[in-house]
Amino acid sequence: MKKLMLSLLAVPVLAFAAGAELHLDKAPDKAGDVAALQRGAKVFINYCLNCHSASYMRYNRLHDIGLTDAQIRDNLLFAADKVGEPMRIAMQRADAKQWFGAAPPDLTVIARARASEFGSGSDWLYTYLRTFYRDDTRPTGWNNLVFANVGMPHVLWELQGEQVLGEDHALTLAKPGKLSVQDFDAMVGDLVAYLKYMGEPVAELRKRLGIAVLLGLAVLLAFSYALKREYWKDIH
Amino acid sequence: MASSSFEKFKSDGTLVGNVVEWVDARFPMTSMWKAHLSEYYAPKNFNFWYFFGSLALLVLVLQIVTGIFLVMHYKPDASLNASGVPVAFASVEYIMRDVPWGWLIRYLHSTGASAFFIVVYMHMFRGMLYGSYRSPRELIWIFGVLIYLCLMAEAFAGYLLPWGQMSFWGAQVILSLFGAIPVVGNDLATWIRGDFVIGDSTLNRMFSFHVIAIPLALLGLVVAHVLALHEVGSNNPDGVEIKKHKDEHGIPLDGIPFHPYYTVKDIVGVVVFLMLFSVVVFFMPEGGGYFLEFNNFIPADPMVTPPHIAPVWYFTPFYSILRANTVNFLWIDAKLWGVIFMGLGVMVFFFLPWLDRSPVKSIRYRGPLYKGALAIFVVAFAILGYLGIQAPTPGRTLVSQICTIIYFAFFLLMPVYTKLDKCQPEPDRVTFK
Repeated sequence: MKKLMLSLLAVPVLAFAAGAELHLDKAPDKAGDVAALQRGAKVFINYCLNCHSASYMRYNRLHDIGLTDAQIRDNLLFAADKVGEPMRIAMQRADAKQWFGAAPPDLTVIARARASEFGSGSDWLYTYLRTFYRDDTRPTGWNNLVFANVGMPHVLWELQGEQVLGEDHALTLAKPGKLSVQDFDAMVGDLVAYLKYMGEPVAELRKRLGIAVLLGLAVLLAFSYALKREYWKDIH
Repeated sequence: MASSSFEKFKSDGTLVGNVVEWVDARFPMTSMWKAHLSEYYAPKNFNFWYFFGSLALLVLVLQIVTGIFLVMHYKPDASLNASGVPVAFASVEYIMRDVPWGWLIRYLHSTGASAFFIVVYMHMFRGMLYGSYRSPRELIWIFGVLIYLCLMAEAFAGYLLPWGQMSFWGAQVILSLFGAIPVVGNDLATWIRGDFVIGDSTLNRMFSFHVIAIPLALLGLVVAHVLALHEVGSNNPDGVEIKKHKDEHGIPLDGIPFHPYYTVKDIVGVVVFLMLFSVVVFFMPEGGGYFLEFNNFIPADPMVTPPHIAPVWYFTPFYSILRANTVNFLWIDAKLWGVIFMGLGVMVFFFLPWLDRSPVKSIRYRGPLYKGALAIFVVAFAILGYLGIQAPTPGRTLVSQICTIIYFAFFLLMPVYTKLDKCQPEPDRVTFK
């Protein structure tokens, strides 16, 4: 009987053995690092916000990460006239679909959408942006380890250089770019931190507020428990 | 206790007293207060499991209040905006970013949906622990199962509204199930969708169901549930009737007025619940991808089917039962069997009061057969829930088939094993330390 029970317990374990694994590099945690977020915003607006929109994100929301209206207007406002406008792009979606096969997705909440059982959305983005490699069979000349046959070319190639995929399924840097490997990884880390911030700008406030709410409820708990004790002492 | 058996309020001559007397002469105010709160006698031995009824009411109010504010800004519109994003999806992000405190209202509502099911599942399990569905409380239980059905419909309709990938494809999977019904199935599915595919008309009617039709039914059923409860009185962890022993005023000896005793006790439960709820809302609003699925941050796209479609966690046990049916049998398609068993899996709860043949109500005095059966049932339900989230493999399908059989065996064999069970004698009075 015991053996039967034990073997029954083993059935689910065997059945739940998972399928294909996706190995993601851990993205550095730069939440709350205002300088990193500002650098990330600059990279995003310079490199991403030409094909990808971030249409739920208003420029002046960048106040969150320490930028003033004047700084935004002077340095970041290429695709809009007013700081209150959302981050839209000029490229028409129909054109984009023709050029890339699929219209590049809006990136406002991409860091939330890319989370999975294999890692956070930041991990996915951090790995994806660093694992482009040369592939002459693709129309763009690029392929990606995380997102096979992706329609997007390696936009950051000038900075990273060119990687090739070896027989052992590992990437090697065949032609160095403008940045060292460390500097490139740090830059992608900044960009990913910005994308994560943009996915939920309120996240830091939310956590701070949560602590205050819990402390308030703890006080309420003490009083409500004392009240209950006081009333219930008559019940035997 | 009929409300007419209470005396009308007499003023002491003060202004407030006069107003109350005036109202009370025209409306059953003090008699309702007494019948349902200050002179509703509840057993004094309620334990942990008895917090979940008042918590369900709290979450209902929370969902209605947050829902009212969400409707002020949400737009049930599947057409694409200038950036190629469906208006409905964009309006949710507008609430998250541009509406003052909109993010908090939205997270309270989305977390509230999962909390509602957690609380209701605990509440139902309490009924199964202590036999709360047994005579004379069958109708309370039936109203409760109807509430549960409404809740499922409400959650399903609500989940379509953010118009993300999981909203769209989850609805696609579930609404296409109507197509499995012979002869009228496909026409029925088209009629329910309002289109040949899930589209703007589906979104609009689900919005209407979610904010008007189902909440109305839900509120009516909740009132009926509470009225039926207060008509017969509450069960308790010992499963014995407190009304058997009354004092000279007709008050149960083991009963205490709901107000103030259980109101002050439930406040403690409410605060503890709010603390756990706040941990999710403020520190993990996505609930690890179970409360807000990651794929639902991608706008609905009819052209891209996600590789893996999983319902939200509270539906997964029934989704597993649906998928466990893989055999065409008796000229009936496996898909239709799945729909039938999924439906039966919910409906079977209606029959619980008549399937249970035990001489005692509470698990405290039941024998090993019911205790064992309930434990195995809970494990099978949890495994079905887990498997409903996972992509199917032959091994997982086999496990879900075994658990589906256990699930139904728990109910169908209940008349047999509850009768055979070696129960202990019930005490005469409730046990209270």
